Amino acid sequence: MGNLLANTLNWVDERFPLTKMWREHLSEYYAPKNFNFWYYFGSLALLVLVNQIVTGIFLTMNYKPDAGLAFASVEYIMRDVEWGWLIRYLHSTGASAFFVVVYLHMFRAMLYGSYKKPRELIWIFGMLIYLTLMAEAFLGYLLPWGQMSYWGAQVIISLFGAVPFIGEELALWIRGDYVVSDITLNRFFALHVIAIPLALVGLVAAHILALHEVGSNNPDGVEIKKHKDANGIPLDGIPFHPYYTVKDIFGASVFLVIFAIIVFYFPEMYIFFLEPANFIPANPIQTPEHIAPLWYFTPFYAILRAVPSYPWLMGKFAGVLAMGAAVMVLFFLPWIDRSPVRSIRYRSNAFKAWLTIFIVSFIGLGILGMLPADPIKQKLSQLLSIGYFGFFIALYIISKNERCKAVPDRVTWK
Amino acid sequence: MRKIIFIAFLSLWSSLGHSAGSSYPLDHVNIDLSDKASLQRGAKYYVNYCMGCHSLGYLRYNRLARDLGLLEREVEENLIFTEDEEGTPTKVGELMKIAMDDFYAEKTFGVVPPDLTLFTRTRPHGADWLYTYLRTFYLDDSKQWGVNNAVFPNAGMPHALWELQGWQKAVFDPADDKIITGFELVKPGAMSPEEYDQVVKDITGFLAYAAEPAKMQRHKTGFWVLIFLFVLVFVSYILKKEYWADIR
Repeated sequence: MGNLLANTLNWVDERFPLTKMWREHLSEYYAPKNFNFWYYFGSLALLVLVNQIVTGIFLTMNYKPDAGLAFASVEYIMRDVEWGWLIRYLHSTGASAFFVVVYLHMFRAMLYGSYKKPRELIWIFGMLIYLTLMAEAFLGYLLPWGQMSYWGAQVIISLFGAVPFIGEELALWIRGDYVVSDITLNRFFALHVIAIPLALVGLVAAHILALHEVGSNNPDGVEIKKHKDANGIPLDGIPFHPYYTVKDIFGASVFLVIFAIIVFYFPEMYIFFLEPANFIPANPIQTPEHIAPLWYFTPFYAILRAVPSYPWLMGKFAGVLAMGAAVMVLFFLPWIDRSPVRSIRYRSNAFKAWLTIFIVSFIGLGILGMLPADPIKQKLSQLLSIGYFGFFIALYIISKNERCKAVPDRVTWK
Repeated sequence: MRKIIFIAFLSLWSSLGHSAGSSYPLDHVNIDLSDKASLQRGAKYYVNYCMGCHSLGYLRYNRLARDLGLLEREVEENLIFTEDEEGTPTKVGELMKIAMDDFYAEKTFGVVPPDLTLFTRTRPHGADWLYTYLRTFYLDDSKQWGVNNAVFPNAGMPHALWELQGWQKAVFDPADDKIITGFELVKPGAMSPEEYDQVVKDITGFLAYAAEPAKMQRHKTGFWVLIFLFVLVFVSYILKKEYWADIR
């Protein structure tokens, strides 16, 4: 039996680099031994991605991408399909969970400077994943064809209409109609279930390949490859498998406890994961009293609304640009942050203060973006937008000649 | 800064929790989805008093039978009043749709009475809203149906349960005649106020059930899933500890 297994493996290895890949990416991929709490979110993002794909496949079996049938088909899944309610809640909760883990994963990179040389491409691929994920979430949110699905899409697509000269044509091209309609639903379905997921999976592969090419950063931000033993193995590195596979299984178990509590007991998360207005079928002639995107978009939505619309300032387009810039500026983080020191542990107080301002601004904008607009909240949004963008400007300046603490030669345990 | 965050949070909860329209405080109702007798009564009242206008277009009669502990025959005999063009009674496996067409409805009521299957999920505290709404119709001659409502001012709906509750008039705040402070029964109905509250609670409970028939199963399944996951957390923790014992 053992012989048969070994022979089969040999047979495969002569034709496909199975054992070689296993070694390169798992059993002989050496990761720093001092990963902390913040290092769980990469593998968790992968877990949620698998959850979204698997539950998505099963939803597709019963969902109908037709403006006349979509809403009822979701309720059909919730009621008549065996375990349909579970599949649907896993998918809807998974969407929010995806953003939770991705935001924490990105914050980790900012804490420990994981985007810095030589890991710029890992960061770029990661940002592309984030952009793709936003597109995926936006497209998917139209599919239940509830009031918030419909009007959320209407509002977001109309933003493209603010682009000078080509705006109206562009919005029309995206919708395929003068209003969001059955045609829009059909194309959003196609993009949500095949086009974007394909891109997403490809980018995730690129993200991991790039990571395994240069090796993982760590909470001390030191390069473990500088100190190797006689066999060329980093002294502070341990094989990803079994050490980090067992650790990540533990992390995944804890995550699943929280995830299951939400899925089984709070699937609406009050109103944050499933909005009440989305239990009303889409009605093109009745606007809901308050339209807000789901929580993961609200920081950017608040920036959009913070920018006043003046004719001499391109009107509505200025806000759209600011919103776009808020996302795009993150791409340049590896070059904005010029400090050679990676980890926050050895960086200046100025850096820590600005990172705090950035996080407070981001969360504050997220809260403001959920609320109906009024002049006071707009002022507050403007203040926090300055905090958000100010971080990048300040970072560029302070990181030039930053007074950092001495970075240790080897990783530490904290 | 902290103060700003606090204010932001306050306005978040206040503006998300209540939708505009009325400031009348909602009465809280405790819905017990395992109280099948209450749900059965709620279904009976719903079919008799509400379903003339409001369909339950995503709920099937036989699903209702199964979840509320009724026989399909009992549902056919007591809850199904509709039939198709040829006079065949609606089958028990069908959705709880109604015969009234939208054109007639719009002509009569000004709006098409909405399907109520998901009603309690369409707003935060939907069950409380419904429980309060059905108990706060008051006489108002200026309205088409002679009644107005405290929770939903200018509602286009007549007081469908007046036979049970009777007629009440609103008592307004002497300082502000827009604020309703209470009600006064003008003409008693067939029921005492306590009995009527129970009827409304039954209907609300039934609609809370209809909005998510799988909710009870969800809670039950969740319990066992969590038991399994707690074991998994424990096992994976000692496994991790065992492997990591030699790493320092």
